[in-house]
Amino acid sequence: MSAAISVSGLVKTFGTTVALDGLDLEVCTGEVHGFLGPNGSGKSTTIRILLGLLKADSGRVTLLDGDPWRQAADLHRRLAYVPGEVALWPNLTGGEVIDLLARLRGGIDTRRRAELLERFDLDPTKRTRSYSKGNRQKVALVAALASDVELYLLDEPTSGLDPIMEAAFQHSIGEMRARGRTVLLSSHILAEAEALSDRVSIIRAGRVVQSGTLRELRHLTRTTVVVETERPMDRIGDVPGVANIVHEDGRVAFDVDTDHLDDAMDYLTPLRITSLVSHPPTLEELFLREFGDRVVAAEEEAAR
Amino acid sequence: MTALAGVRPLLRFMLRRDRVYLPVWVLGIVAVTYASLSAVRGLYDTPRAIAAYASTVAASPASIALAGPPFAMDQIGGILIYETSLTALLGVALMAVFTVVRHTRREEDAGRVELLGSTVVSPHAMITAAVLVASLASLLVGLGVAVSFLVEQQPLEQSLLYGASIAALGVVFTGVGAAAAQLMSHGRGAIGVSLGVLALAYGVRAIGDVGESRLSWLSPMGWSQQVGVYELDRWWPLGLSALFTGGMFVLTVVLESRRDLGSGVLTPRAGPAAAGPLLSGVVGLSWRLQRGALLGWVVGVVAMAALLGSFSESIEDMVAENPALSDVFAAGAAETLVDAYMAISLLLLGIGAAGFAVSSALRMRSEESSGRLEPVLATGVSRGRWFAGNLLVTLVGTVVLVVSGGLGLGLSYAVTSGLPAKAWELTRASLVYLPAVLLVAAVGVLLFGWVPRLVAVVWALVAFAFVVAWLGELLEIPARVADLSPFSHLPAVPTEAVTAGPLVLLSLVTLVALAGGWLGFHRRDVGAGA
Repeated sequence: MSAAISVSGLVKTFGTTVALDGLDLEVCTGEVHGFLGPNGSGKSTTIRILLGLLKADSGRVTLLDGDPWRQAADLHRRLAYVPGEVALWPNLTGGEVIDLLARLRGGIDTRRRAELLERFDLDPTKRTRSYSKGNRQKVALVAALASDVELYLLDEPTSGLDPIMEAAFQHSIGEMRARGRTVLLSSHILAEAEALSDRVSIIRAGRVVQSGTLRELRHLTRTTVVVETERPMDRIGDVPGVANIVHEDGRVAFDVDTDHLDDAMDYLTPLRITSLVSHPPTLEELFLREFGDRVVAAEEEAAR
Repeated sequence: MTALAGVRPLLRFMLRRDRVYLPVWVLGIVAVTYASLSAVRGLYDTPRAIAAYASTVAASPASIALAGPPFAMDQIGGILIYETSLTALLGVALMAVFTVVRHTRREEDAGRVELLGSTVVSPHAMITAAVLVASLASLLVGLGVAVSFLVEQQPLEQSLLYGASIAALGVVFTGVGAAAAQLMSHGRGAIGVSLGVLALAYGVRAIGDVGESRLSWLSPMGWSQQVGVYELDRWWPLGLSALFTGGMFVLTVVLESRRDLGSGVLTPRAGPAAAGPLLSGVVGLSWRLQRGALLGWVVGVVAMAALLGSFSESIEDMVAENPALSDVFAAGAAETLVDAYMAISLLLLGIGAAGFAVSSALRMRSEESSGRLEPVLATGVSRGRWFAGNLLVTLVGTVVLVVSGGLGLGLSYAVTSGLPAKAWELTRASLVYLPAVLLVAAVGVLLFGWVPRLVAVVWALVAFAFVVAWLGELLEIPARVADLSPFSHLPAVPTEAVTAGPLVLLSLVTLVALAGGWLGFHRRDVGAGA
């Protein structure tokens, strides 16, 4: 598979602040790629460099086989962008903005536009001044999704949407994937990336710290098991790979490394299991484990 | 819960929020009034000068339409009021409208009223507190104006009456703003309606004052002026202001009781669901965003130019009677005074056009800093096309504005003097100012390209050009300093002959500045944070 986006060793500083510190990122053509990280980790900066709005200090960036700084306008006709903070012209109506942005990009599919307005339940006759944050977001989403392009760069596109609209959004991304489009979806909402992404890259302090399919990333983590048995599980702690044991009302909850799952089952089965619930780690847990120390440190920093 | 629960804490909260905003307004209006008071008083210090004023300026219908009914023109007090009331009245009315809307409708727009409304606050507490704040500020302006008059050695009674008449208009427009805030569903709309009422009040009294008819009594501005300080010295017209204000407050409370939070009594019209054919490129967008402002500028400049042109007749008499004014007009030996006056008028209109050109060019920055540029540049629009498209609208708008100024001045002069050729002559002369006007805008563009955070600095150049043009001779600004203003290099048409040299030079500097801006804009980071 060829790469829609290929970034290596990307560095960007603003004054003394290092926003990107040697970032590497590969997005394959035709995949939905989750771009995950806490606020301020460099997601938006990366996307702005991919759009040629910011100039990288160093590093190599290729977007749709072109250089986003030198060939910005040509490349942009083949992509659509939804910014994280959507600012619109207060005097224009939502419908006018959608048409304007699409025309600037090179055309709009009017049937698709009507369909999306319906799906996102957006009134295009209102001035954008009177839109809520969620409605402004919808304008940007409809404008982007109504264009048939190769690549969609979506920067936290659902931050103002309610759950029903979030579902509509997920449905739209499913369509994109089915049509073989490439999507880079930045988010700090993990359920979103989990539901949509083929692969994810996790960014932290301007560097990608993990990248791969969700399966590959889960492999690094543990499965959570909640189990009840007839005979007591006194020695569960001796099973290799088991941690975080909590006894509660005769039930036991623990995490186990995926590699040692069968060891745990071997131990439990003779004790006569009466109930067992297990679930793969959510991205949330993955995320916390990846960033846990850092988030705490950042909060302490902020509190100071 | 009583009807006034929560008013007092809200009042304290608003005053705290306005601790800079209101003093700037109040002191600004009072300072401008005071400065013009002492300047005017210095200019008309002899009985002869006063008599000349009464027979020229105060006898001109154009000046009466602009300033108000001439009362007591035989004494300095009357002239002081005639010269200062316009800015003070408009200033206090604008302050009242902006203040009351800022604390009511704008707060609702921002969604902050819901937060306050969930605390112990009576339904009308917000509007009551806002009305109190704006009225208090209006009274302070009135007091400041009265004190300024006292300082300029005017009698106590007249000073107080004049101050009260100014304050009264502020209170009236507090009421207008409060009612408009209930009527419209957004702050912008509320301010628009209030300013419309102000323009109407101004126009009605202008027509009434010129025709010496009763029409002036239909305008709140008329009531404040009909107190006739120094001549009639009557307080009762302000009773009409009070009655009108009371009516506005009742209307406000009734309207507020009938509407939901966040909406207005009038719901906004739905706009087009799809973009029209014009709104399809950078130029179309830029034109759409600027056409309203341009129209406003053209109307303002044409009105101003027509007014300046209509003074031409009385100019000669007026200047002949007052030597101090001759300094301002710096008439050379050979030229007629009227031509010199027209040159000054064209210069002022040119600097006005520079104001438009700069604000139009700096739209590029406001588009960028508001975050609206990024999605545009993320489409097939290149930086160069966006930059050029915006400047094209600025250029066309500036040319239209400069020509309308010249045409307005020329037509008005032609009608007043009965010399039709003057219309064409002055329109052509106005084009001489174009290179200087565009150069000022180009400096703004250069800043935008390289130091976007500092674009506002270019306004200092506009202000400097104005000071040099208007007060340069009076303040005896050295030529080397005055030359920093691009306008200093232009021939004073129609008095002086047009030479190509300075025009070509200014145009070249303009092009260099634009090219520099282009280069900088292509090299730098773009976005709200840049």
